[in-house]
Amino acid sequence: MDILYKILIDPFVQMGAAPDLLVQTVWEGLVSGVLYALIALGFVLIFKASGVFNFAQGIMVVFAGLTLVGLHEMGLPAPIALLVTLGVMFFIAVAVERVVLRPLVNQPDIILFMATFGITYLLIGFGELIFGGNPKRMITEELYLPSGAIEWKAFGGFVQFQKIDVAAAVIAALMIAVLAFFFQKTRIGRALRAVADSHKAALSVGISLNQIWVIVWFTAGIVALVTGIMWGARSDVSFALQVIALKALPVLILGGFTSVPGAIVGGLIIGIGEKIGEFYWGPLVGGGIESWLAYFIALGFLLFRPQGLFGEKIIERI
Amino acid sequence: MRAPGDGRQGIMAGDVLLAVEGVSLAFGGVKAITDVSFDIRKGEIRAIIGPNGAGKTSMLNVINGFYHPQQGRITFKGEARKRMRPYVAASQGIARTFQNVALFKGMSTLDNIMAGRTLKMNKGFFWQCLRYGPAMREEIEHRKFVEEIIDFLEIQAIRKTPVGKLPYGLQKRVELGRALAMEPELLLLDEPMAGMNLEEKADMSRFILEVSAQYGTTIALIEHDMGVVMDLSDRVVVLEYGRKIADGTPAEVSADQSVIDAYLGVPH
Amino acid sequence: MFYREAGQYKTSYASDMAVFPIRQDLIGVLLILAVAYAAIPAFASDFFISSVMIPFLVFSLAAIGLNVLTGYTGLISLGTGAFMGVGAYACYKLTTIFPGVNIIVWIVVSGFFSAAVGVVFGIPSLRIKGFYLAVATLAAQFFLQWCFVRIPWLYNYNASGAIEVAQRTLFDIPITGPRATPETRYFILLTLVVVLTWFASNLVHGRIGRAWMAVRDMDIAAELMGIKLLDTKLLAFAVSSFYAGVAGAAMMFLWYGGGEASDAFNINQSFNILFMIIIGGLGSLLGAFFGAAFISTLPTILKFGLPAIGIPLAGATAEHLTHILVGGLIIFFLIVEPHGLARLWQIGKQKLRMWPFPY
Repeated sequence: MDILYKILIDPFVQMGAAPDLLVQTVWEGLVSGVLYALIALGFVLIFKASGVFNFAQGIMVVFAGLTLVGLHEMGLPAPIALLVTLGVMFFIAVAVERVVLRPLVNQPDIILFMATFGITYLLIGFGELIFGGNPKRMITEELYLPSGAIEWKAFGGFVQFQKIDVAAAVIAALMIAVLAFFFQKTRIGRALRAVADSHKAALSVGISLNQIWVIVWFTAGIVALVTGIMWGARSDVSFALQVIALKALPVLILGGFTSVPGAIVGGLIIGIGEKIGEFYWGPLVGGGIESWLAYFIALGFLLFRPQGLFGEKIIERI
Repeated sequence: MRAPGDGRQGIMAGDVLLAVEGVSLAFGGVKAITDVSFDIRKGEIRAIIGPNGAGKTSMLNVINGFYHPQQGRITFKGEARKRMRPYVAASQGIARTFQNVALFKGMSTLDNIMAGRTLKMNKGFFWQCLRYGPAMREEIEHRKFVEEIIDFLEIQAIRKTPVGKLPYGLQKRVELGRALAMEPELLLLDEPMAGMNLEEKADMSRFILEVSAQYGTTIALIEHDMGVVMDLSDRVVVLEYGRKIADGTPAEVSADQSVIDAYLGVPH
Repeated sequence: MFYREAGQYKTSYASDMAVFPIRQDLIGVLLILAVAYAAIPAFASDFFISSVMIPFLVFSLAAIGLNVLTGYTGLISLGTGAFMGVGAYACYKLTTIFPGVNIIVWIVVSGFFSAAVGVVFGIPSLRIKGFYLAVATLAAQFFLQWCFVRIPWLYNYNASGAIEVAQRTLFDIPITGPRATPETRYFILLTLVVVLTWFASNLVHGRIGRAWMAVRDMDIAAELMGIKLLDTKLLAFAVSSFYAGVAGAAMMFLWYGGGEASDAFNINQSFNILFMIIIGGLGSLLGAFFGAAFISTLPTILKFGLPAIGIPLAGATAEHLTHILVGGLIIFFLIVEPHGLARLWQIGKQKLRMWPFPY
C-alpha cells in the first residue's frame, strides 16, 4: 500500500503543495521540449521532401554549433562566423545531395537511412578533426543573445525563467512561422509539398528533385544551426548532444514523421513529460529516468495509436 | 478451353464450401462492401467481376481474414464465423495470390514455394538448429512436393533465381505455385492474368483449369478479361459499388441488363 | 580454373539442399577452420590473438545475432549493445552465485537471459513497424543501460561498479581471469563461434529462416499464408538476443577480463554492430563475419599500422580518422553495393566460376 501511495498519490500531493515548483518543472520541460521539437522539425523537413529518415540531424546540430564557435575561436567576428557557418551548412547540403542522395535515388528506405549513419560518422570525424573533441562554450553575448534570469513571484513562491530560454522559445516560434509561410505561400514551398506527395509526379511536372533536396537539406541545416546555438547556450557545444538528440525520435513517433505541428506538439509533450516524470517519480527508483522515459512514453503511445498524433489511420492494402 | 458447364453439372448443385452472408465492410465513412451474399461450391471455378473499385479485392480480403467486416458472417466448411483470422483461414485451407504480386522478393523461387509449406511443417526448434534427422527428413519430403509443383508450372529453370529478378509473368506463376504449395481447398486468385500478354494468359488459364481438374481445388477468381472469365468460370458474381448486382452462370450474367449497364454505362 | 562445379552431380535433394553444395566451398571452409584452429595459435603472436582475433570473434557473434533480426527478419534494432550487456551481467551473477559450474556453461546460459529480455522488448514489434520499431529498441537500450548503473545488485555492489572477472578453470587450465592465456581464451571463443554459427546457418536455411525472410519481404502475404507474425518476430528477437547475450558475456569474460561494463554496452556499441552488418551484408551470415572483421580491425590497423609504415599518428587523431573512414566507407559501400561485402564476394565467386568467359 505504501508503495502504491508513493506512486499514485504522493507526487500529486507534492504538485498541489508547491505549485511554483510544478510551474518551474513544466517550464523546464517546455524549454527542452522546444529543443527536441526543433531537431524533430529539421528531421520532418527532410523526411517529407526526400523520404529519407535522416539520422544525421542530431549531429548536424552539433556540427553547426561547433563550426560557429570554432570559427569564432579562430578569430572571426561572431556575425561573420555565423555567415560562414551558414555557408558550411549549404555546402553540406550540396555535398549530401551530390554524393549520397543522387547515387542512391530509388534505393529502399533502409539503405538511405543507413547512408545517413555514414553522414553522421563523417560529420563526427571532421568535427573532431577540425575543431577538437572537447566541449566548447557557446558565444552567447557575441550573438547578442540575452543572459540572466527573470523571476516571477507567484503561487506563494517564485518561478525562474532564464532569458535565453525565453529567447529560444520566441526564436523557435518565429522560425516555425517563417517556415510555414515558406511552405504554404511560395513557389518553392509548393514544389516541396508536391515532392513530398510523389517524387514521380513531381518530376513529371518539371520540378527538379535535386534542387529541392539541396533546398530542404539546407533548410534543415539552418534549423540545425539555430538549434545548436540555443542548445549550446543552455549547456555547452559538445558531442554529448548527439545522444540527447536521439530523443527527437520519440518526438517524431508522437507527432508522426511528416507533420510539422506534430513535431512541435510531440516535442513539448515529451519535454514536459520527462521533466515531470523525473522530478516527481524519478526519486522513487533512484533518479536518472530521464534517459529512457521519453522512449517509453512514445512506445506506450504507439501501442494505442500506431499512426501518431496527427497521422491518418493506416489502412493496409494488398 | 471448355464450353461453360460441360460435364460439370454436378458442381452446379454441389455442396457449398464457402458462404458469405450479408457482409458489409466500411473504412471510416467509406463503404467498400454493402450487404453482399454469395456462395462458392466445392470444386467450382467462381469468378468475381465488376468495374474498378467495386470491392472485389476487399471481398477476398474479407474471406481470408485480412479485413474484418462490420456486419455479416462467413461460413467455411460448415463453420460460421463473424470474422476470419488470417492464420485460421490459412490453416483451414484458404490460399491466395495477390493483385500486385506479393512474393518474398529476396528469396529464390524454391524458397518462396517452400515457404508455402510452412503450415505443414512442424519439426521443432531443436531439430531446426541441427538441420539433421527429423528436420532434414521433413525438409526433403516437402521439397519433393514442391518439385512436383515446379514441374507442374514449368518453372524448373528458375528454381534458384531470386524472384525479384524474374519477369512479371513468371512472378505471377511463382505466386500461384506458392499458393498451391499450401494444398488449399479454396484458392483465391486476384487478377491472375493482369498485365499479361495473350500467350501468358493462355498458359495461366491452362494452369488454373488443370489445378481445378487435377487437384479438385475450388477456385475463386477476380479477372477483368471477360473472355477468360466466360471460358473458365462455372458461375460469376458481379459487384458494383460494393453491392452485388448479378449472380449466375456466365451466360446468364452476360445477358443481365444491370451488368451490361454497369460495364457499358447507362445512356442518359 | 580450380573453382568449377562441373562433374559434381546432385543425386538427392539432401545434397542439393546442403549449405555448401559446391565441393570447393566445403574445402574452403575446412581450410579456414584448420587455419583458425592450428595455424593461428601456432604462429600468431599473443598481441595478434588478443587484440585482433578475439575482438573479431566476439563481434562476429553479435553481428550474427543482429543479422538474424535485421538482415533476415527485417526488424531494425538499435539495442544490440544493451542485449550484450544483459548477457554479460547475467553471466557475472550466475558465476558468482554458482561458482562451481563451469564458466563456459554460464556464458552460453546467459544468452537465454538475454533472449528473454529481447522477447519482452520485441513484443511491440507486432504493432510497430520499420523505423518506429527502432525507437522501441532504443527504449530497451537506454532502459537497460540505466539498469546496469542503477541496480548495484547486478555488479555485486562493487565499489567500482564494474564486473570483476574471477579465475575459472577447465581441466585445471585457467580460462578466465588474469592468468588465462590469450590462446586458451581464443580456443574457447572460436569453438563457441563455430558451433553457434553452425546453428545459425541451419536455422536460416530451414523452415524458420524462410519464415523470417517471408516476414521481412512481405509480412502481409506471410500472414495470409499462415505464418504467425508475432511468433516469428519474437523468435527472431529471442535468437538474436541470445547471440548478442553470449557475445556480451564472452566479451567481458574472454576478452576484456572485466571492467566498466556500462560503457562497453552503450548506444555506440549498438551502432557499431549495425554498421558491421550493413557493410558486411544484410541477410548473410558470411556478411556478419566480413563486417565484424572490417569494423573491429579498422581501429587497430589505423592505430598500429600507420605508425608502422612511418606515418605518425596521435591516438585521438586515429580515432577521428576512423570515424571519417567508417562514415565514408558506409556511404561508399551503400552506393557501390547496397548488399554489402558478402554480395561482392558472391559476385566474385560467380565470375570465378565462369572464368575465363565473361558470362
